Amino acid sequence: MIETHLPALIALTFVLFSILIPAFGLWRRELSQPLAVIGSGLAGGLSIYGFIEYLNHGAIRYSFGGWEPPVGIEFVYDGLSGFFVMVINVVAFFSIWHSGGIAKREFPGKEMPYYALAMLMLLGFNGIVMTGDLFNLFVFLEISSLAGYALIAIGDRPAPYAAFRYLIIGTAGGTLYLLGAGLLYTVTGTLNIIDMTPMLPHFAESTAVVAGLILMIVGIGVKAALFPMHGWLPDSYTYASSSSTTLIAPIGTKVAAYVLFRIIFYLFGVDLVDATAPFTYLVGVLACIGIIYGSIMAIAQSELKRMLAYSSISQIGYIIMGLSLANPWGFAGALLHVLNHAVMKACLFMVAGNLRAKEGHSDISLFDDSYRKKYPWTMTAFSIAAISMIGLPPLAGFFSKWYLVLGTIDNSNWIFLAVIVISSLLNAVYFFRVYEKMYMMDPYKGQKEPKDGEYNDVKGSMLWPTSILAVSLIVIGFANAVIVGVLLDIFPM
Amino acid sequence: MLEFFIGHYAYWLVIILLCVGIYGILFKKNLIKKTIGLAVLQISVVIYWVAIASKEGATVTTLDPNIPVDQVANYLNPLTHTLMLTAIVVGVATLGVAFTLLMAIYNRYETLDEQELLDKIQ
Repeated sequence: MIETHLPALIALTFVLFSILIPAFGLWRRELSQPLAVIGSGLAGGLSIYGFIEYLNHGAIRYSFGGWEPPVGIEFVYDGLSGFFVMVINVVAFFSIWHSGGIAKREFPGKEMPYYALAMLMLLGFNGIVMTGDLFNLFVFLEISSLAGYALIAIGDRPAPYAAFRYLIIGTAGGTLYLLGAGLLYTVTGTLNIIDMTPMLPHFAESTAVVAGLILMIVGIGVKAALFPMHGWLPDSYTYASSSSTTLIAPIGTKVAAYVLFRIIFYLFGVDLVDATAPFTYLVGVLACIGIIYGSIMAIAQSELKRMLAYSSISQIGYIIMGLSLANPWGFAGALLHVLNHAVMKACLFMVAGNLRAKEGHSDISLFDDSYRKKYPWTMTAFSIAAISMIGLPPLAGFFSKWYLVLGTIDNSNWIFLAVIVISSLLNAVYFFRVYEKMYMMDPYKGQKEPKDGEYNDVKGSMLWPTSILAVSLIVIGFANAVIVGVLLDIFPM
Repeated sequence: MLEFFIGHYAYWLVIILLCVGIYGILFKKNLIKKTIGLAVLQISVVIYWVAIASKEGATVTTLDPNIPVDQVANYLNPLTHTLMLTAIVVGVATLGVAFTLLMAIYNRYETLDEQELLDKIQ
C-alpha cells in the first residue's frame, strides 16, 4: 500500500516537519534540531526504500488529487529521480545531524526558524526532482531558492550581501526558465514532461522551441553554477554559516544538474537538442572551462571554505561534462559523481565546520602539525575525502572519473579527456598544499621544549557524521561496479 | 512592416520590459534599483504568459450563463492565468526576501551602493 504513495510521502514528510518544528520549537527550542534529524532521517529511509522498490517493480507515476495527467500535476518517480532523491535525503540527514553543534555556536537562539527553513528547502529540492510538470518545477525551484537565500544569509558579517547577490542572479535564472517553459507551452499546449516529449520532434525547427531550450539551459545553468554563471557561488558558500554550507553545497547545485539531465535526456532527447546546433557539446565546453577555472581559482585561495567552494564549481563541471557526452559511460560516470561529490563535499565542509567550531577559523595558512594531533579523527576524514577528490583508487572519486574517462574515449573526445586529467593534477595541488601544512609544518620549530597538542576533537554528534561519510567513500569505491550497473540500466536511450 | 509591430504589441512590450529588467540587474549600482530591475524582469514574463492566453473574439475566463462553455473558443485560456497567479505570489515572496536582506545589509554597512559596499567588505 505504502509503495504507491511513496513519492508524495517523501515530500509530505518535509511539509509535516516544517510545521512540527515551529510548533515544538516555540515550546522547547532545543527540540528543533532533533526533530529535523528525525524528519530528514525518515525521508532518507523512505527514499532508500523507494529506490529499492523502483529496482524491483519499476517507476511510479503519482497523480495528485486523482486528476490524471496531463490535466493534473504528477510526481514521476523513475530511476533518475529516485536516485537523486536518495542522494539528496541521505546526505541532508548527515548534514543536519552534524549541524547541531554548529547551530549552538554560530546562531544561538535561531534554531527553530533555521531548521524549519531547512525542511522547506529540502521539500523544494525533492519536489524539483520528483515533479513531472514544468511549471510545478518552477514553483519548487523558487521554494528551495527562497529558503536557500535565507539560510545563506545566516552567517558571517557579509553573508546577507552574498545572499542578496545569489537572490538577484538566481531569481533572474528562475525567471528565464519560466519564460523558456512558456515558449514550449505555446508550441505544445501542455506542461507535463511525459506528455510533451512526443510532441516536440514535430516542432524541431521551430524557433520558439530552440529559444525555449536555450532559456531553460541558461536559467538552470545559473542555479547549477555552470561556468559563466557561477559568480554567486564562492561568496555564498564562504560567508554562510558552516551548517548552511554543509547542507546546501553538496546538494544545491546537483539538483539543478538534475534538471539539465531531465531536460536534455528525457524532455527533448539528445538528437532533438542537437538538431539545430550542437548544444550538448557547447554545454560540455562550458563545463570544461568551469572545471579548469574552478581548480585554478581553488589553488589561489587560502581559506578552506572558499577553496572548497571553487572546487565545487569545478566538480559540478564533471557532472555536466558527463551529461554532454550523452553516452552510457558518461551518464553513469556523471550520476556516480553526483553521489561521490555529494558525500565528499559534505564531509569536507563538515571538517571545515569542525575546525571553525574548535579553532574559530579555517584559514589554511594557519594550519600546522598540531592539528592532526589535536583533531585526529577530523583530519583523518579530511585526508580520506581529499584523496577521493583527487581521484586515487580505491576511493570513490577515482571511479566516477574513470567512467567519465571511458565516456570521453567512447566519443573520441580527447579534449575533454585532457581536461579531466589536468584538473585531477590541479586537485592534487590544492589538496596537497593542505596536507603539507598538516603533516610537515612543525609549529614549535626552534623552540626548546616542544609540547604536543592534546586530543581535543569535536564531540560525537559532529564527529560521527564526518567519520561515517569518510568511511562510506571507501565503501562506495569498492561497491562502484554494483552502483554503475544500476545506473547503466537507468540510461534512457 | 508596421503590421508586424502593431500586431504583436503585447510581445514587444514583453521584450522591452525584459531588456529594461536585465539592464537594471546588470548595470545599476544601487541595490534597490537592482531589485526593481528584478521585479520588472519577472513582470515581463508574467505578461508573456498572460498574452499567450488571448484569442480573437473570446471573453475573460469567468463563467457567463449566456456564453456556452463547451465552445472553448468563447473563452480565453484560463490555465496560464491561474499559473501566473502562482508566479506573481512567488515574485512577491522573492521581493519580500530581497528587501529583508537589504535591511540586514543596511543595518550592517549603512550603505546600499554596490561599490561602497564592496569597499567596506574588503
